[in-house]
Amino acid sequence: MSDFWSEAETIVIEGRIKVPYSWQAGETASHYLTQLRDEQKIWGKRCPKCKKVLLPPRKSCPFCFVDTDEWVEISGEGVVEAFTIVRRDTPIQPMKAPFAYALIRLDGADTDLTHVLSEVNLNDIKEGMRVKAVFAENRQGSPLDIAYFKPSDS
Amino acid sequence: MDRVAIVGVGQTKHEARKKESSFSEMVYGAVKMALEDAGIGIDGIDNVITTSNDFWDGRTISSMATGDVSGGPGRNVSCVEGDGTFGAFYGLCRILSGSYGTTLVTAYTKGSESVSHLITNAAFDPIHMRSLGLDMITACALQARRYMTRYGVTEEELALISVKNHGNALANPNAHLGMKVTVEDVMNSKKIADPLKLYDISPISDGACCVILANEERAKEITNRPVWVKGVSFCADAYLLGDRDLSECRALEKAARTAYKMAGIEDPKKEIDVAEVYDAFTYQESLWTEGLGFCGQGEGGKLAASGATAKDGELPVNPSGGLLGAHPAIAAGLIRIVEAARQVRGEAGDMQVEKDVQSALAHGVNGVCGQSHCVWVLGRDGKRG
Repeated sequence: MSDFWSEAETIVIEGRIKVPYSWQAGETASHYLTQLRDEQKIWGKRCPKCKKVLLPPRKSCPFCFVDTDEWVEISGEGVVEAFTIVRRDTPIQPMKAPFAYALIRLDGADTDLTHVLSEVNLNDIKEGMRVKAVFAENRQGSPLDIAYFKPSDS
Repeated sequence: MDRVAIVGVGQTKHEARKKESSFSEMVYGAVKMALEDAGIGIDGIDNVITTSNDFWDGRTISSMATGDVSGGPGRNVSCVEGDGTFGAFYGLCRILSGSYGTTLVTAYTKGSESVSHLITNAAFDPIHMRSLGLDMITACALQARRYMTRYGVTEEELALISVKNHGNALANPNAHLGMKVTVEDVMNSKKIADPLKLYDISPISDGACCVILANEERAKEITNRPVWVKGVSFCADAYLLGDRDLSECRALEKAARTAYKMAGIEDPKKEIDVAEVYDAFTYQESLWTEGLGFCGQGEGGKLAASGATAKDGELPVNPSGGLLGAHPAIAAGLIRIVEAARQVRGEAGDMQVEKDVQSALAHGVNGVCGQSHCVWVLGRDGKRG
């Protein structure tokens, strides 16, 4: 049987799926993203119960299942909590490899923002390193309106 | 909980590209094997759960597409989107509802037929995360780094898990990637996303798996070698990566505690005889063994390095080779249940551990970086503590 298959022709059908979506960001993320775009400001939301400042802001607290009620402006600076240096390219990554992704705890936030690091020697990246947001010149109301984070002292 | 048993198991050979079968034909193969294993025909099946993912299949309502080959027509067929352990959990609940005496559960993917980084990128929130271009590997690299840095787990300790599981897979006739590698080979394998190297990462496989569950009355009619479900639980954590401390797995700890309590297990390290855990990456086996209570927090690397999790160790982990040996997404957790059940029956062939297996554990994961976990404790007797 296996000999048969090693010689037999098998037909492959190529897919043509391309399904466009248009996602409403909702009121909370829309406010967050318009503030990134128009004011270059980063806003989180505080949970009235656990007092955590959520970044990105959410309408409800994932930990307490209550409405969040207070907008809190977050610093554009923070600390690298974890990082990876990406060595292989995919067409969906925002930069050519090698580059770094990081979990960043911004000052004033209680959750980590996931983003990319740039303008940095990849060998110098360490947990605890202070970084700051660099905003994109052409901002469109997207998480990539923060183009990347770079070391605070650079 | 009423007693429920696994009465039949089947799986295909898992491989890089299955050319001889379409994915429904692949599922058909696993279903026939499970029925044959149980010694029953399709008329012995009361209801069907298919476990699939529309993105991986490239079709919507993918569950219905494999209904025909699971005995679906004329029966109640329902679907779980996620790992096969979660599909099996639903199948178990349907028996416990009293409405069905048997459930046939399938899970499958053909990873070779799509582009995995596009599929796993689509797991991320389209508003806040997806544009960053993360995929399963790069996200898990962040988790690996966070975990290793917090506890001082080394790349060499994790490489030992790659050596062990790829080596174990050599004894598994269904594995995709059995190979003899050394720690040096793993350390020198191609860097993908630090600290993950090629041999730290499970392969993308094509494969299908099937499990037949039965209530006590039917199980006793069907088989003289039932594998009883002694305890089972699942638990989820927050969705966004930044909401979790990725060096911990609290959802797994809770799922394991609940499953152990049901099974009457007080000290899992002593009472679990063999475990099949969801090692999509080497660091995950290390981290999940901590969450399962096999060792303390941050000690998973040392547990592996001690040899305790080797096939002839005190608590063998993944004697089948685990996901590092074969990783058809969605099916991977259900395969853990099948391999644990075969260990309980003493029918695991060259993979059979030396010790007598009273209790075996199977573990599945759904979501990115272990967002949710499903834990099963299986045994020869259904008695609970």
